[in-house]
Amino acid sequence: MVIECKHVWTYISDYLDGTLSEEIRVTVQKHLEHCELCSAILDSTRNILVLTADDRVFELPVGFSERLHQRLEEELKQKKGP
Amino acid sequence: MTLQEQQGEAELIAAILAGDTQLYHDLIRPYERPVYLLALSYMKNETDAEDVAQEAFLKAFRHLSSFRADAKFSTWLISIALNEARGRLRRQTASRTESLDKDPDEEGAVSPALLRDWREIPSEAVERGEIRDLLRKAVETLPEIYREVFLLRDVEELNINETAEALNISVSAVKVRLHRARLMLQKYLAPQLKSVTKPKGRWFAWS
Repeated sequence: MVIECKHVWTYISDYLDGTLSEEIRVTVQKHLEHCELCSAILDSTRNILVLTADDRVFELPVGFSERLHQRLEEELKQKKGP
Repeated sequence: MTLQEQQGEAELIAAILAGDTQLYHDLIRPYERPVYLLALSYMKNETDAEDVAQEAFLKAFRHLSSFRADAKFSTWLISIALNEARGRLRRQTASRTESLDKDPDEEGAVSPALLRDWREIPSEAVERGEIRDLLRKAVETLPEIYREVFLLRDVEELNINETAEALNISVSAVKVRLHRARLMLQKYLAPQLKSVTKPKGRWFAWS
């Protein structure tokens, strides 16, 4: 089975998650082997997901934990139990 | 989360409900980041997001006895945070209306940025403030329904079912939104990242 680039793009997310059926995965894989365009789209998407998931991108504000647990402590002291 | 961790969590909850309330500090520690990030994705400023997160953790404590043992604590907590954020936004912008007549999941396909080649950008690039800002801004620019799915699934690494449960949407909606979010990010970020990280003059910087 041969598919067009446009169809490959609709499978990118499932391809990255490994949730495509075996048949489609093989078809997409074959397409990627000879299509520079789709390979670059796949590689860049994968790369971007790795970068955005990096803990340094979204950080908790300084002192967030301390303030949260302090506020919880006040609540816990007031009440014996939930 | 492993079965063991899940059991540990269930035991913690039982102990808290039995009166050992101090254990609540330990119970929530793993969820500080996901709850805050979700709040931030709604509130768009750190102060409000922190406030929403604190309220969510307090509410979860106050209502812990209504938590059903067959549910997952993480998804229960995230849905409390979600309600808190949405409620506050509604109060802040009472006039804001969302279009109800079209299903956002049925919009047309998102096309990616077309590139001929991609030079891998290493994780060390995140140390540059410029790159971090670019990545954060890209995620913030995503429409809300895509952003929340993306943050929970790809940043906080909840699985598809947990994401669906936390947001109270179907598994197929999670998949569709996640796919769109990823392609939108690729479209927005790939050309910019390529130009910011392009090697200038020399291929290798000898240092």
